[in-house]
Formats: sequence, structure tokens, C-alpha cells
Amino acid sequence: MRIAVFVTCWGDALFPATGRAVVRLLEHLGHEVVFDPAQTCCGHMHWTAGYHPEATALARRLTEMFTGHELIVTPSASCAATVRTAYPRMDPALAGLPVYELSELLVDVLGVTDVGARYPHRVTYQPTCHSLRALGLGDRPLRLLRAVRDLELADLPEAGECCGFGGAFAMKNADTSVAMVADKIARIHETGAEVVCAADDSCLTHLGGALSRLRSGVRAVHLAEILASGLGPAEPARTPDDAGRTTGTAPRSDTPRRETRRSDAPRSDVLRSDAPGPDVPGPDKPRSDVPRSDAP
Amino acid sequence: MRFSDAARPELGDPGARRRRRRAAAEARARRADAVGGFPAWEALREAGAAIRERTLRELGAHLETLEAAVEEEGGHVHWARDAAEARRIIGGLLPDDAPAALVRSDVTDEIGLDGAEPGPHSKAAVVGAGFLVAETGTLVVADRGDGLTFPGTLVVVAGIEDVVPDWTDLEVLLQLVSRAGAGVPMRPAIATLTGDFALVLLDNGRTTVLADPDGRAALRCVHCSACGDVCPVFQRTGPRPYGPGRAGPIGAVLTPQIRGVEAPLGASLPFASTLCGACADVCPVKIDIPAMLVHLRGRVVDARRGRPVPPPEMLLMRGLAWSMGDQRRYEHTLVRRARWGRLLARDGRIRRLPGLFGKWTDARDLPAPPRQSFRAWWRRRR
Repeated sequence: MRIAVFVTCWGDALFPATGRAVVRLLEHLGHEVVFDPAQTCCGHMHWTAGYHPEATALARRLTEMFTGHELIVTPSASCAATVRTAYPRMDPALAGLPVYELSELLVDVLGVTDVGARYPHRVTYQPTCHSLRALGLGDRPLRLLRAVRDLELADLPEAGECCGFGGAFAMKNADTSVAMVADKIARIHETGAEVVCAADDSCLTHLGGALSRLRSGVRAVHLAEILASGLGPAEPARTPDDAGRTTGTAPRSDTPRRETRRSDAPRSDVLRSDAPGPDVPGPDKPRSDVPRSDAP
Repeated sequence: MRFSDAARPELGDPGARRRRRRAAAEARARRADAVGGFPAWEALREAGAAIRERTLRELGAHLETLEAAVEEEGGHVHWARDAAEARRIIGGLLPDDAPAALVRSDVTDEIGLDGAEPGPHSKAAVVGAGFLVAETGTLVVADRGDGLTFPGTLVVVAGIEDVVPDWTDLEVLLQLVSRAGAGVPMRPAIATLTGDFALVLLDNGRTTVLADPDGRAALRCVHCSACGDVCPVFQRTGPRPYGPGRAGPIGAVLTPQIRGVEAPLGASLPFASTLCGACADVCPVKIDIPAMLVHLRGRVVDARRGRPVPPPEMLLMRGLAWSMGDQRRYEHTLVRRARWGRLLARDGRIRRLPGLFGKWTDARDLPAPPRQSFRAWWRRRR
């Protein structure tokens, strides 16, 4: 299938590894991925901050840009929820853009739960508020994670509670926001997980930022990166029917590539991004540019 | 006072935070039992939302019916524009020589009444109404095992939206408020009393709320407190930062509508939420509190647009919207901001930022922007 990716402005600028993982994953499953560089921002930030005319203008721009695409995927539950629930409120004419959050696309549209990934780490999943309540993703992300080889999934207590991000809330009500993320981190630590995973880089910026400040050692990793871990190189395109029955291929190597990186070393993720072979972000590999929490 | 400033001291009391969290967790567990095993719950919510919406749409007619019914039973109805007028009317109705007993409600809190629970020796009583049934002029109060018969004068206080057209509607609403609020199929001891009381009906900004089509649904509220029990913000700050009036998510949408969005409290309350949506999920009359908060945020921002000197946040947001409005401007900004971000970073993380973003880096790191954005990678790859 031909799938257009809406990488989100946040992901484009700060977490390109998430977008790269989406591309690698979908190509691995035999689909054609397209990216239109005219895309910028869905308007979520302006909408929730009260800048409604500005948000509506961005929504119009994005809608026009994506009109004609039959399948659009975004690795952000917040941005998908904005398109689905806020756009019709801005202007009824903006309803109906076929934007799917990544786990919706995989499970509902492509019919895949085992993508063939391997991720040898103990992981806990934080269902972000927009995943849980705005989109109703339910257990889709968990089904995908359970099918990942060597991944040990730990239940997060009180998982449904917000991490305290809330966009501008994190700054306008910084004290309350920090109180919330402190409690969330306490729950994450209870699980003994090395990695906290979610379907939204915005929430992961908050969780990851607080974990990093605390030198917790636990790292925040996007669902897409886990699902694209240990996949072999892109396979020849298959028909959509085949894609629905994909059980995945075994990772090429059982040993994930380990690397230590100093901040002044060349950006290895850039160099590696085109290279075939396993790419396993995990506690041993800093997510995007967040350094290891035990870095000096 | 701004919500964030008022919240700070409350957050510094771990004992109170622990107590609130435990109480809220217990309330959530009770509600989950009362709602989970009740297959008609969603249908009941739909019915309740429809009843409240219809009541608000025809509020004038229902209030006239209520007034006629109360007066027919020998009671009398007084209309109070605001809290001060309500207090003045109540003061005039009560005998001077004895302190009045009080059966409290959200409305008696709203107008600032306090007093002891009624006893055998009270000379007069003020009762905050749960509901008022318009067709018969009946006062309804939950959890009153002692009933509503008091010696001496009886003054009943209610908001104009507390009216219920008839007993069939009341039955639906009582089930909703019982299961959602107390977590029981029906609250114990629903006391009713018809006629023969002085009724003070309070506006106090409610007609302004009714006039806003995007905000009026807040008046559907049946005072069950379920939204507070699921609110991660309210559980940490407690009620005080919400100021006078309702606390928790419902207060965050009602108070700015009643008191306006210009003063610090009204301007900050719509932002006292992460928009996590937990409140909307539990509300028995389906008030979409997050959508309403977003609407009110728009009103707060619009009220600031006319200022001769725009606040820094507005300059930032407008600048961002301008950059995002065009691919070339966006890409230019992307490269420039990434460069700045990397300059500010040490060991791959940004630990301190100036200005607005300092509130973030007070307690959280930010990742240094990568050298290659997604789009740069994509271009190189093709």
C-alpha cells in the first residue's frame, strides 16, 4: 500500500529517529512510504493553547496538503487526535482526513500485530491520554509489543493517569506538572523496566526529560523505534493481501549493535540511518539525542 | 490569584496529597463497581445529558412552573442576582435572635454561608438544595436521614440550574448522581419536602454562562464530584487554588465563565488542566470539560489580543504560526532553532533555558536537537 507519513513538527525537529523507524517498519512490511516536505504542523499546540485562528489556518494547510492521500500515518496520538476531533470543531469542512496513529494503522488497516521486531529489554508502556481517551487505542500498542521477540513487558501501575505534560501546562503550571511526573516516575521505577514506551513523542519528551534530569537510567523510547528494532533490510514490496498475514522475519543478528557514544563523536544515528542491519535503540543506545542518563 | 501561584503551597503538603489521592482512589474503585456491573450505564448517561440539556434550553419556563408550584403550596420565591443579594435576602428572612442551622451544598458554599448542622434546638435553618422538582415545587436533598422538617423558618437556596422538570427526570438524575458520585445504586435517605419554604434562586453569573453556546453545558452539572476524583491536577492541588466557587475540573470551566477571563484566576483556570480527558469519561451527564477548557483558552487569548504591548507568549505563538504557515519559513526556523539548541546543550542535553522555557528546564532536561532533522534524512536518502 502507498502510505503517506505525517512525521509531525516535533518529531521532525527533535525525534527524527521515530520517523525513520516508521519508514523502516512500513517498508519492511512491504509498503511504499511517501513523505511530502510541504508538511509542517497540525496546529495542535496552537489549538490547545487558545490560539484558534492560527490553529485553524495550520489545519487548513495540512488538510489541503494531504488531500488525495488514502492512508496517512502519524507516530503521534496527539496529532492524530487533533486531526480527528479538533479539526471538525475548527471547521466542519476539515473533517475526514484519513489519518491513522501508527498502532491503528498496523493493527486495524494492515492487520499486523507481529511485525518481526526483536527488542531484548524490559519495557513498560505508558498509554498517553490521547492514545487512551481521545483515540481509544485500547490494547493495540500492547498487542504489538507482546509480539516483539525477547521483549519483557511490565505492567505499569496506575497507567491511565496523565504524566503531567499537557503542552503549555508543563510551563504554565510547572509545579503541578512536575508533581505529576514525579509520581509517574515512581510508578515506572516500581516496574523495574529499563525502558518506558509510548505512542507520542511529546509525552516522551516530558517523561524522558524528567528521567534524564533525575539520572534515573530508565529511558523513554517511542513505540515505533521498538517495532523497527532488529528488522532486516527492507524487503521487496508485497501485495497488500500478503502484508495482512505478515508474521515478520527474524532479525538478521541476535546481537543488537552496541555502541558507546561521546557527545563530541559524530552522530552515529545519522551515519547509520541508511545502513541496513539491526537498529536497536535501548538502554545502550541513546534515544535520538537524549544522552544516556548515566553519561558523565 | 493565579492558579499556579495558589497551587504551590498546596503541593508542598505531602500528607494532604497522600490523603486526597487515597480518598480519590477509593471513590474511583466504588464508582467502577457501581458503573461497571450496570449494563444500562451508557444509556442512562445519554438520557441524563439529554434531560439536563433540554432543561437548560427551556430554563425560563421550568423556573416559572417551579415558582407557581412553590407559591401554591404556601411558599415564596426570591430571586438573587449575585451572592451578596442572596445573603441579604436570606438575612432578611431569618429571625434576628438565633443563629440559623445550615445544611450545606455547593451553592451555600458559593455564597459564603456557614453554620452548624441543624439540631433539635435550632430556631431556623438554611438548606442548600440538591434538586428542585418544578411540577410539584419539591425540594430534594440526598443523604438526609433526619428529613427536612425543622422547627422555625426554613430557607432553601439553589442555583437556577438546579431545577428538574418532573419526577421522571428526577429518577434518572438521582441514579446518575448516586452511581457516579457515591458509587452506590441509590444514595441513601433521599429527603423531599414540598412547598411551605422560602426559596432563594441564585443567578450569580449563570445567565452569562447560558448565553455562551460552547460553555453552557457546564450547567448540566449534577454535583456528583466524579470529575474531581479522576482529575490528576485536582488530586495534587486540592480545592483551594480553584478559588471561591466550585473546585476541580467543573470549577475550572464554570468559574472563568462566571467571573470572566480577564482577572488572574479566571484567566488561569482554563489552563489548570493537561486536557487528559479523564473527567469527560466519567461525567454522568457527559459534559465535555476538555473541549470547554480549550474554548475558554481561546477566550482568554482573544481578550489579550487587543493589548497595545503583546505578551511574550503571544509573540512566540504568532511567530511560530507564521513559521509553520510556509515550508521555506518552517525549514529555515528548523535549522536555526536546532543550531541554537545545540549551542545551549551540554552532553546532548539542555539543562537550562531562559525566559518562558525556563519553567520547563527547572525540573526537566530537553534533548539537544539532532544535526539532521527527519526531512533532511529523507532528502539525503532519496
